[in-house]
Amino acid sequence: MLKKRIIPCLDVRDGKVTKGVKFLGNRDIADPVELAKFYSDSGADELVFYDITASAEGRGIFTDILKKAASTVFIPLTVGGGIRTLDDFDRVLKCGADKVSVNSGAVADKTLISRAAKRYGSQCVVISADVKRDNGRFVVTARGGRDNTGLEARDWIRYCVSEGAGEVVLNSMDADGVKGGFDIEMLKYVCEGLPVPVIASGGAGKPEDFVRLFKELPWVDAGLAASVFHYKEIEISSLKEMLNKNDIAVRL
Amino acid sequence: MIAIVDYGVGNLFSLHSSLRALGFDAENVTSAQKLRDASHIILPGVGAFGDAAKKLCEAGLRDPLIEEAKRGKPILGICLGMQLLLSKSFEFGEHDGLGLIPGSVRSIAETIPAGLKIPHIGWNELRFTEHPIFSDIRQGDSVYFVHSYHATDCPNVIATTDYGATLTAAVGKDNVVGCQFHPEKSGPVGLKILKSFCNMR
Repeated sequence: MLKKRIIPCLDVRDGKVTKGVKFLGNRDIADPVELAKFYSDSGADELVFYDITASAEGRGIFTDILKKAASTVFIPLTVGGGIRTLDDFDRVLKCGADKVSVNSGAVADKTLISRAAKRYGSQCVVISADVKRDNGRFVVTARGGRDNTGLEARDWIRYCVSEGAGEVVLNSMDADGVKGGFDIEMLKYVCEGLPVPVIASGGAGKPEDFVRLFKELPWVDAGLAASVFHYKEIEISSLKEMLNKNDIAVRL
Repeated sequence: MIAIVDYGVGNLFSLHSSLRALGFDAENVTSAQKLRDASHIILPGVGAFGDAAKKLCEAGLRDPLIEEAKRGKPILGICLGMQLLLSKSFEFGEHDGLGLIPGSVRSIAETIPAGLKIPHIGWNELRFTEHPIFSDIRQGDSVYFVHSYHATDCPNVIATTDYGATLTAAVGKDNVVGCQFHPEKSGPVGLKILKSFCNMR
């Protein structure tokens, strides 16, 4: 039986995981490679590296880190952040990424997904959407939530899937950082019935939130979170034990 | 030396680094001579079967690969590389494979119940029969799959997985073996499988 996936997300800026990470003994770790290894050893099913550097120099540091991570952990790696062209796909795939996630880049260039899917295969192309409520609609935002694109999320994601996106990450901007649980209502409206895997993001605050996610929306394939894992508010190994006890299939 | 067949299909980075992490001397190989020099050969691949089969031919590696297999050298196909070991594929038309293992490659849509997502992506459990590459893992261990096609009509299935129906997870015949899943992306379990293959004689 296919397992539900638990995916920590690492935001990387200038070679470091932002927000630092306050655990592993009493030591702060901000080294993305070390953290990737720690998560992989704890049972993470996949990792997302999000490049939040703006400079070309930062880009170079990021790809070096990616290479090191891909030589150290042997689970699937998804890379996102600043992906706008096929050259960007090429750059991160050559450094060991398995999948590439596009967000603002796909909004800016509506052909990016289909061109990437033709060249690298749909399994490689992830559409990640930052979505918020706006006057009773679910709309897609770009540039880390700063721009309202006006695109209706349900239609936008279906368009991206029809263009060849092989996986969907739905990040609720309304739930993000609130730690009140995943945005079940938004996920259900925007993603139910999609023919490709769906990864829920935004809102996880405690292990029970993952249980509720997979119980209420059994078609959701994975749960993604960042700070709750970084701050050890949720430990992946005990989270997976809890899911298992609740009859949700996970890799133990 | 473990030869990773480099014929312009897919990403060899993780495979190469996983073999290195295991302490094996791995090399991305583009020539027939290097295939002959290798102790073991790994045939990776992602994408479409027809395109990959053509590229393998154009690279001049199809016949040398068959020769090395017949000579008894251990060969491991991964994902599309596994599918290429079979007789033929019905992905976008009909294409010939290497024919090292009898069987044909067909869409999993013909096997699994309607409504399940395709591709089959994620971690799923292995049920295997006795084979050297599984000597170090346990029944029910999970490995990472990404595929829409699988081997059918094959008398040499050595592992299966359950995705609404039984899908072929691995095939093996004498010195030739293939995994539908990605051992190089399957954590410690995958590394054990790679290690066992590299220790096959």
